[in-house]
Amino acid sequence: MRCDFADSLLQGYFDGELSGRRAAEFERHLQHCVDCAVELVDLDLLSGRLQVAQLYEAAPASLRKKIRADLHPVAPTTAMSQPLLWHWLAAAAALLLLAIAGWRVSPSLRTDDYQAELAEEIVDAHVHSLQPGHLTSISSNDEKDVKGWFRGKLTFALPVLDFANHGFALQGGRLDVVEERSIAVLVYAGPKHLVNVFMWPTRERDASPRVGSRQGYQWIDWRKDKIEFCVVSDAPTADLQQLQRLFTR
Amino acid sequence: MNDLGPEDRLRFEQLVLPHVDNAYNLARWLLRSRADAEDVAQEALLRACRFFRGFHGGDARAWLLQIVRNTCYTWLEKNRPMELSVEFDEELHLQTCPTPETIAIAGDDRERLTRALETLPPRFREVLILRELEGCSYKEIAAITSIPIGTVMSSLSRARRQLYSALANSSQGACP
Repeated sequence: MRCDFADSLLQGYFDGELSGRRAAEFERHLQHCVDCAVELVDLDLLSGRLQVAQLYEAAPASLRKKIRADLHPVAPTTAMSQPLLWHWLAAAAALLLLAIAGWRVSPSLRTDDYQAELAEEIVDAHVHSLQPGHLTSISSNDEKDVKGWFRGKLTFALPVLDFANHGFALQGGRLDVVEERSIAVLVYAGPKHLVNVFMWPTRERDASPRVGSRQGYQWIDWRKDKIEFCVVSDAPTADLQQLQRLFTR
Repeated sequence: MNDLGPEDRLRFEQLVLPHVDNAYNLARWLLRSRADAEDVAQEALLRACRFFRGFHGGDARAWLLQIVRNTCYTWLEKNRPMELSVEFDEELHLQTCPTPETIAIAGDDRERLTRALETLPPRFREVLILRELEGCSYKEIAAITSIPIGTVMSSLSRARRQLYSALANSSQGACP
């Protein structure tokens, strides 16, 4: 049995849209209407489910690109007015500065210390992911599903590959935040262990794999085609090397 | 989009472009297709740009979403007119058998919610998306959808009930 109030006041009360007087009126009603009290909890559960499922879909990069192209048609230089030209010049100068700064700083950043710090953060993220409910945001062994879930969330083309035939079955993926940037993570079930593969875009050259371990977890880090990879697991290093080879073949 | 002078264009970029995600998200849920959403959202942005001079301050997100919504409905009328006339059909919904694929993904609540939402008629789907995903107030929903505030409340109520019912059906699997 649904109460007469269920279609009107109840919704407004739940959404916080009633005036103080009407909210008080509804609360008086709520004291002796079990149906409304139950439905209020149901509404809250449903709303929570919708939030947790992360249904919001951000605009893909391709759409932003098209809109930018619409706004700034080709050959704007001749027609460009002074203020806009200044914007461009300022942006170009800023980029140049960034490039110089990056060139001077990045070699020193890439020291073993940096590597150790990064590995520490990534191992932490791995450990965190093993807690119940944190492993995957999209759980599927279908490459297309997983790729589809990442669409619009990343600024680079993520290689989503299932290696079930080679003993590493794709379990799904999620987004993590490491060092204040979001990082794509693919999850695999290895022969005996779960493996997280962290991936993020890099501007640096390809680099061959480096192996390390921390707190009983092994990691291998490498760069290929402007993507940095880091696989982490408590599996033996040999297993991780096998997965690393599958990614780089 | 060249009609705008440099000043207006800058203002458009500052006021309207931050809401491209909202525009795409609404189009994606109204059209139930990412590819169509991308096209229609782009078209809506073009329209917004063309009529930007008529926008005199106020809530730029609500203004843009109103244009996105109207562009979506125009598109649906032209390309999928059936969808606008179909009411939520519980009978039809009960008949859908779980395929191996739907069983495999049944564990994924996101997938289940997506499917359930997509069975709702557009007019109910849109109020849910605006309320639950965009966090719009009743007043904003009324402005975007051009329906009276009182109707927002009852539409939300019906939309939520239909979503329950669609979710219940999807987990039952009403086939022999």
